[in-house]
Amino acid sequence: MQKDTLKIIIVGHVDHGKSTLIGRLLLDTNSLPKDRLSEIKKISKELGKDTELAFLTDQLKEERERNITIDTTQTFFKTRKRDYVIIDAPGHVEFLKNMLTGATLAEAAVLITDVNEGVMEQTRRHAYLINMLGIDKIILVFNKMDIIDYNEAKFTEIKNKLLVFFESLGVRPSFIIPISAKKGINITKRSPEISWYKGPALLEALDSLIIDAKTEKKPLRLPVQDIYEIDGKKIMVGKIDSGTIKRGQKVILSPSSKKAVINSIVLFEKEKTSAQAGENIGLLLKEGAVAERGEIIAEEENSPEVSSLFRGNIFWMSDEPLQVNKPVTLRCATQEVRCVAEKIEKRINSSTLEVLETNAKELKINEAGIVLFKTDEPIAIEKFSFIEEMGRFIIEQQYNLQGAGIITETTV
Amino acid sequence: MDYLAELENKTIYIIREAYNRFKNVAMLWSIGKDSTTLLWVVRKAFFGKIPFPIMHIDTSYKFKEIYEFRDKYSKEWGLNLIISRNEKALAEGTCPEKGKLNCCNSLKTEALKMTISEYKFKALLLAIRRDEHGIRAKERYFSPRTADFKWNYKDQPAELWDLYKSRIEEEQHFRIHPMLHWTELDIWRYIEKERIPIVNLYLAKNGKRYRSIGCATCCAPVDSKADSIRKIVKELETTTIAERSGRAQDKEDAYTMQRLRSLGYM
Ligand SMILES: Nc1nc2c(ncn2[C@@H]2O[C@H](COP(=O)(O)OP(=O)(O)O)[C@@H](O)[C@H]2O)c(=O)[nH]1
Repeated sequence: MQKDTLKIIIVGHVDHGKSTLIGRLLLDTNSLPKDRLSEIKKISKELGKDTELAFLTDQLKEERERNITIDTTQTFFKTRKRDYVIIDAPGHVEFLKNMLTGATLAEAAVLITDVNEGVMEQTRRHAYLINMLGIDKIILVFNKMDIIDYNEAKFTEIKNKLLVFFESLGVRPSFIIPISAKKGINITKRSPEISWYKGPALLEALDSLIIDAKTEKKPLRLPVQDIYEIDGKKIMVGKIDSGTIKRGQKVILSPSSKKAVINSIVLFEKEKTSAQAGENIGLLLKEGAVAERGEIIAEEENSPEVSSLFRGNIFWMSDEPLQVNKPVTLRCATQEVRCVAEKIEKRINSSTLEVLETNAKELKINEAGIVLFKTDEPIAIEKFSFIEEMGRFIIEQQYNLQGAGIITETTV
Repeated sequence: MDYLAELENKTIYIIREAYNRFKNVAMLWSIGKDSTTLLWVVRKAFFGKIPFPIMHIDTSYKFKEIYEFRDKYSKEWGLNLIISRNEKALAEGTCPEKGKLNCCNSLKTEALKMTISEYKFKALLLAIRRDEHGIRAKERYFSPRTADFKWNYKDQPAELWDLYKSRIEEEQHFRIHPMLHWTELDIWRYIEKERIPIVNLYLAKNGKRYRSIGCATCCAPVDSKADSIRKIVKELETTTIAERSGRAQDKEDAYTMQRLRSLGYM
């Protein structure tokens, strides 16, 4: 089934033209309210600048004055084919956590590179991160072609540099497109200025992406979110992460390994005989049994891994480092446990992918790592490549989110 | 699952998560289309038995239709309704004619502050949407605010997947935005599909209707012939006029909203 809305994130190094490209997409798809363009013209003038399309998405006063995106912005546009949500992510290293916030919401990515400046630190880091987060539809656009007079040789040179990096990630971009966001070249349709380019324009490329809807074929995973007592009955609520659930089905709860039978599936003033991935439902178990928040409901014969040791790829985004054997809080689905990084097997530069150290003592801000985690109690997990929702986790210390990762091996 | 069901499901998850993490929560109901839609989904999330209060910030300058609607449905839906009014400012004669910024700030923001500290709410559910106004596009689903309501929009915590931030310092509270991902058009399509009752000011009368309702003193209707929900959906599918174009405070200058919001305005 083809979805009728696609969420895309636009990433790339600061100043390579993300905000301008979004302004351009809004303009060329007629998605701007009438008064917005004149508002932008007025503000640009007040700040003593030419009309900056980037101001359409850079909303904060500071963003406009400093000419950088600080936090993600979401905007909406539509083509004849479908609706789009575009997420503009900041390209400055200081604001990587905001870029990640945007990236976890996206289904596809557009990575923008200034052909004049070439491949930069955040170009590669963003590529690494969106790939780690499991976004596999990536369009590469090479911007500011107008500055280099639409020169093919220069474009090819920069493109090949970036493709080498993509090869080391093991990723094949869906499209590679030379554009000018400012001049509107190769945005809605192929422009005569770049006659040597034979592929689709950006909007045509976006429209042709096929994103698979959530598959119901995977085994049932339903993390219990809460328990309500309503009219004397205990109702467990939660979102089905994968698979389907049926009335009368025998299930198993992980990590406790308790068995139960689904008595009824309830919604407000409604009952259902079955429910599928993505639905938030209420459940009553036979004999009034209840599970706690954090337990995962699964089919009896196909339950998640229960383990207190797993290996993951992690990206660290806090000034306070991740230290070996120092207790931190791990959250995965609705589970929350204390854990330690038992071993930081590899400490990696997230822009160059260079291994900086093996068996490291700590992981610093903006570094990536391959880490062995040990939890205080066993938890129910999956490989990210199998069931994303149960294979991704965050690390918190005190009040703050400090790292994000995906599980690559559930038993070691 | 269709698109509207997807939006609804995400909203339900966030509502339940907020209640699970904070317990002492309240929902702000302006009686407008967005918060009435949120209230509709909140009722679904708790099987009709909402375990927390619903708060109406009453400036006393709202349309009479708003008060009638509030009283009718708070009874019909069995709501635990809290009415938040800054009686002191009203007694002093605060009104838009004496300065809109100050009026909004004392009758909405200050009123809300007083009610929060009276009830010690840890989290407030609000029906803001990203597409509503530029600055709102930067909001998180779970957004921490300081004791004096400051929103530090330059340094917000990361929010990854549906693992929302759930712990804060003692003196902070959270704004929870379960409708953030909806657009104005989504709201109307959902209202149509679910047959959600809505204040009739939204429907055109004599060639004019309100697209956004608040205080009678500061809202102007827009030209429209849309006298049914169906026609509103049709109208919005083609319009290029901004939703809040009838709102006075948005017109003052480009950064009024940013200033109001950093003072704690919703
Ligand atoms: N010549 C030229 N300049 C561009 C183009 N796209 C963006 N720019 C300029 O590059 C600067 C940075 O753009 P911006 O969109 O703010 O970059 P961001 O930091 O990636 O969001 C701005 O001054 C833009 O006007 C382009 O296609 N051609």
